Amino acid sequence: MQLARVIGNVVSTHKDQSLVGQKLLVLQPVSPLRKEIGHPVVAVDSVGAGVGEEVFFVRGREATFPFLPDQVITDANVVGIVDQWSYQPETQEP
Amino acid sequence: MILAKVVGTVVATLKDERLVSQKLLLVQALDVTGKPQGNHWVAVDTVDAGAGETVLIVSGSSARMAADLKDSPVDAAIVGIVDAVEIDSD
Repeated sequence: MQLARVIGNVVSTHKDQSLVGQKLLVLQPVSPLRKEIGHPVVAVDSVGAGVGEEVFFVRGREATFPFLPDQVITDANVVGIVDQWSYQPETQEP
Repeated sequence: MILAKVVGTVVATLKDERLVSQKLLLVQALDVTGKPQGNHWVAVDTVDAGAGETVLIVSGSSARMAADLKDSPVDAAIVGIVDAVEIDSD
């Protein structure tokens, strides 16, 4: 799982039947120091996150598991809204 | 999932039998502002997308959950046509 900030959402009318009714969020992965890392991804949301919130999300086939037994086709899913995190590296990293 | 633009089609006569009659499209990954970014991919189209459209790509083993792709050797599927991407600029 990876930390990310929700930066937007995607509107799609014509999509796989399993995605109907699913919110699609744009996530920017961030480092523990809130630096943007990598490219934004589009994810479904099984916890009810919104734009501006800090979340963690799961990638891969496991992203579909929270919806079981429904088969929701996705490779990224927000599975937690972060209240806060702490970060105490022994050596400061970017 | 990533955003991508449909930039072409792929025709293959000789292919895995599970890919027969599947529509294969060439897509270019996009960033959230719609600019091309990174690689091109060959993706199976399950939503009848067309050239120039912005689409959602599911990759990895999840792609096989798309319609009619069970047990197919695919790792990228087009699962939605994007109407709009709304980015909060804050």
